[in-house]
Amino acid sequence: MTQIHIKHGRIIDPANKIDGVGDIYIVDGKIAALSNPPEGFKADTVIDATDKIVCAGFIDLSTRLRDMGHSRKGTFKSETRAAASAGVTTLCLQPDTRPAMDTASVAEYIKDLAEKADYPQIYPIAALTQKLEGMELSSMLSLKQAGCIAVSNANFPIKNLLILRRAMEYAASHDLLFIYRPNDFSLSNKGCAHEGAVATRYGLPSIPEAAETIALAECLELAELTGCRVHFGQLSCKRSVIKIHQAKKYGLNVSADVAIHQLHLSENDITPFDSAYHVLPPFRTEADKKYLRQGLANGTINSLCSDHQPHDLDAKLAAFPETESGMSSLETLLPLMLKLVAQRAISLEQGIAALTHQPAQILRLPSGALTVGFSADVCIFDPELTWQINSDTWQSRGVNTPFWGQTMKGRVTHTLQAGKMIFSL
Amino acid sequence: MTHNIQLNSDGKLKHFLSIEGFDKALLTEILDTAASFVNPADGQIKKVPLLRGKTIVNLFFENSTRTRTTFELAAKRLSADVLNMNIATSATSKGESLLDTIRNLEAMFVDMFVVRHAMSGAAHFIAQQTAPHISVINAGDGQHAHPTQAMLDMFTIRQHKADFSTLRVAIIGDILHSRVARSEIQALNTLGVAEVRVIAPKTLLPAKVETLGVTVSHNLTEGLQDIDVVMMLRLQKERMTSALLPNESEYFKCFGLTEEKLKIAKPDAIVMHPGPINRGVEIDSKVADGKQSVILQQVSNGIAVRMAIMAMAMQHNGAGA
Repeated sequence: MTQIHIKHGRIIDPANKIDGVGDIYIVDGKIAALSNPPEGFKADTVIDATDKIVCAGFIDLSTRLRDMGHSRKGTFKSETRAAASAGVTTLCLQPDTRPAMDTASVAEYIKDLAEKADYPQIYPIAALTQKLEGMELSSMLSLKQAGCIAVSNANFPIKNLLILRRAMEYAASHDLLFIYRPNDFSLSNKGCAHEGAVATRYGLPSIPEAAETIALAECLELAELTGCRVHFGQLSCKRSVIKIHQAKKYGLNVSADVAIHQLHLSENDITPFDSAYHVLPPFRTEADKKYLRQGLANGTINSLCSDHQPHDLDAKLAAFPETESGMSSLETLLPLMLKLVAQRAISLEQGIAALTHQPAQILRLPSGALTVGFSADVCIFDPELTWQINSDTWQSRGVNTPFWGQTMKGRVTHTLQAGKMIFSL
Repeated sequence: MTHNIQLNSDGKLKHFLSIEGFDKALLTEILDTAASFVNPADGQIKKVPLLRGKTIVNLFFENSTRTRTTFELAAKRLSADVLNMNIATSATSKGESLLDTIRNLEAMFVDMFVVRHAMSGAAHFIAQQTAPHISVINAGDGQHAHPTQAMLDMFTIRQHKADFSTLRVAIIGDILHSRVARSEIQALNTLGVAEVRVIAPKTLLPAKVETLGVTVSHNLTEGLQDIDVVMMLRLQKERMTSALLPNESEYFKCFGLTEEKLKIAKPDAIVMHPGPINRGVEIDSKVADGKQSVILQQVSNGIAVRMAIMAMAMQHNGAGA
């Protein structure tokens, strides 16, 4: 029976409204007590958390680990290591794996790999449709029974609204959360940059905001029609935030997240033709960025995600429109969240909640908090520690980040998953 | 936005990828250098030994006749060795990546790449990736830039108009998909014209086009008033099938340049077109062949202007003769 004593850290646990210096006692993989040790407690390990912040482990709603057909971009080992070093104890794996997460055997295989890797808890997200082709429903119930936590069609189109309606109805029948990144493919028209002044100047195929907001509006209507629980992933623009706000006010059971980099970069930051900035949805305007930040601060946007998409070098070595989209972003999750706090966009408590309690609520998981009896998923970080992003510090196989070479403030020092130390600096 | 990738450490021309980032002095130097290659007596272009022993590769990932030919002639008049590579039908169709193609050609000791590619940013990418002694000239990348075309057009305008600062220039047609238009707008604004006006239906204008430094009109009759230079753009046939326009005849009715419409512009206005022209679609034959047309002069000027850009880039790259 392993017993861990986390000593003298500033404990921030928004779910339980705790913010103060104290101790945490972990027994047998679970949070046993805060403040005073439980009876008979004898620590095997003591972690001195003086001047550090102790919170629940981060829960990431959108991650790609690559591997299998994509091991040049990342492996379970490299990417779960990156996740652990970023304080992430639970991650949701997008269904665009190779092969796609559309059968129970793929989900079981991944769960099995994850358990062997001894790293963060991995929850596969099931493909909404077979082979993600947007045509026929996947075996959602079998996938759920095999451990999938939600359904999604990743960034692949669903052929029409009738299929989307039926998929949502079917998901609702099995009480499955539908995770949707709203994008009307005909309007985004193979674009790679926000439709605005920058794309115009560089002649880049562009994506209007309406590609997102129209798909979002359609899905909101279907959420009402079908009663399906919907979580909107990676919103990028002001009008999406307004729509989510209205829908929540109206009483729809919906939630939303934003990828952390969308809160820090806009079209104006794009270095011309630097493929590290090629993400989907694209970086939009300063006004959108500001509104997304406000949406997070006022609770319209529930949570933050990494939208981690590691790539091999070749994927980013071409003319901008021909490169693959996405950035490797697990390891910048914490420092970029802390930067929002430093810039007074959100409070530290809100930032931590958006990475812990909020995603746990969305997924209906008994985690994301330091509640006695919960699995001891804990992240300890030093908010003042500065570090440079370079090949010595970076764990992900994907070095595709526009922050490469920059100095970050705030670093995870320990990550515990079910009471097991999966990372220490 | 940094574009100093185009300049060497002394601030001199190394690559020519986009007009953006160049000042008026540099553009004027290009025009003056181009003028020095033209024999004032007969307008012929002398052969000069400036790039003797240098190897220039015309790397065309997209088909082109006019641009490639004038680049080839320009290189030959500079006494360089020229290799024409039509990649559209060679390596990449065998699965070779753009970068591998570049690496292989570098290994053949070339000094300059003249690049045309269907993707915006391709020339920047090659300039960033290629060996430091190699200069890259953008001969058109996607919808981004076609800076040598813009410079030969500036050269042509200067032959007819004394002062850029008083000029009102209209660019008519498919601005959205046009790399020529983007480079023209930047060059004209850098040279300080009074106004650049774009005239097109909304379907053929990019978002926030006014941020490029232009005024906007959707009506040719209104838009041509007070115009000194009329620049027509080629209309691709696929614009009709992708629902950007109803059909050619309606386009011609609205935006086609006829003798009658041209009368709205200033009487001494010149008419330009980067070619190849679609007679009866964007321009009437009588205008294309008329006395205000300078379309063929643009083609001739392409040689001297491309010579100037190639010579300047090679000279400042520390590789020139």
